Amino acid sequence: MTRNLAIVPAFNEVEAIAATVASIHEAAPDFDVLVVDDGSSDDTAERAAAAGAEVLRMPFNLGIGGAMQGGYMYALEQGYDVAVQVDGDGQHDPCHIHDLLARLHSDPELNMVTGSRFLQTDGEGYRSSATRRIGIRVFSSVVSAITGQRVTDPTSGFRMTNRRGIEVFAHDYPHDYPEVEAILLMHAHSLRSCEIPVRMRPRLTGESAISSTQSVYYMVKVLLAVFVGLFRRRPSSEGAQRSPAGGEPATVTERPA
Amino acid sequence: MTNLSLERGISVAGALALLLFVFELVRRKHLSERYSILWLLAAVTLLVLVGWKGLLTSLSHDVGISYPPSALFAVAIGLIVILLMYFSLVVSRLTDQNKILAQRLALLQQRIDSVERRSEPSAAQAPPARDVPAPPREPEHELSGSR
Repeated sequence: MTRNLAIVPAFNEVEAIAATVASIHEAAPDFDVLVVDDGSSDDTAERAAAAGAEVLRMPFNLGIGGAMQGGYMYALEQGYDVAVQVDGDGQHDPCHIHDLLARLHSDPELNMVTGSRFLQTDGEGYRSSATRRIGIRVFSSVVSAITGQRVTDPTSGFRMTNRRGIEVFAHDYPHDYPEVEAILLMHAHSLRSCEIPVRMRPRLTGESAISSTQSVYYMVKVLLAVFVGLFRRRPSSEGAQRSPAGGEPATVTERPA
Repeated sequence: MTNLSLERGISVAGALALLLFVFELVRRKHLSERYSILWLLAAVTLLVLVGWKGLLTSLSHDVGISYPPSALFAVAIGLIVILLMYFSLVVSRLTDQNKILAQRLALLQQRIDSVERRSEPSAAQAPPARDVPAPPREPEHELSGSR
């Protein structure tokens, strides 16, 4: 029996968080739920705890990258075998968690499975603004070219990793807008990932983390990070580069949780 | 000639003031030695360039700058760029360390919460801690009551 964790990053999601936690409990009862409250100013953490989730409270807003890394650090510390990221705003339908899990278990070589909005076979794909679609297409072709495999939805945060992936992400996770870089990080560590089709729901409440004015910054920042990342040898440099603090979680793992 | 030496005097006084200001900040421990070194270096460089008569003129002629004060600006801008770059590095490092501290803090907080929950399994239903017969020590009493 593997131990599975659903990591739910949430920032001021007081309206949606209880429903999200409840729907994960319902759709995937074999998953523990960890809500990472990224410095919310509302009662997100209290609602999540009341809904039966473990809560990791960031003392201030770290951004999605720092919050998710905190979640992976928790998964590493507590000895989880599988971690799935489910957004707190209700976009990710928990009924797909077992599809991701089945795909992950179907191939022992596989380290990460991402839910893609653009692999829908019934023609009912994900709707979003034209600019966002163009951006996703650019990232898609860049990431596909670098990894040498077809990646249709590089900005999807609905992804599941096994223990090896948890270890990598707990030690080194991109800062903001981490999804695209995370795929390349897996690739740099010679870990294998794939996509399965999922349907995403319109968000229940709140604003997207990326407003239209920020999307230009998003594009430039991620493309720069991707470009610089090509000149970085992650697996070898990671230990020396981050040893004072980044090495910490590894020592914690040995402690029985 | 008097005009020129007055200008020189003002420049020297400015560079000296910068030097003394940095020194005073270090003395009062408002600025750590570590970050003062670059500032001191910048102040001393400026002081030498403006105080040493003829040095700036000959140096600027050597590198082909016809107007010596421009050479001073070039040096000053160079020093500023170095300082700013250094601060960007420091800020990046601090941001990273800050993030790691926040993550560790959140993880420890969660661990404490879960330990406390486990040690008081019926905490949710039980009456508040202050109604439970507590050891006579007041501070501990208050601590458990505040949960």
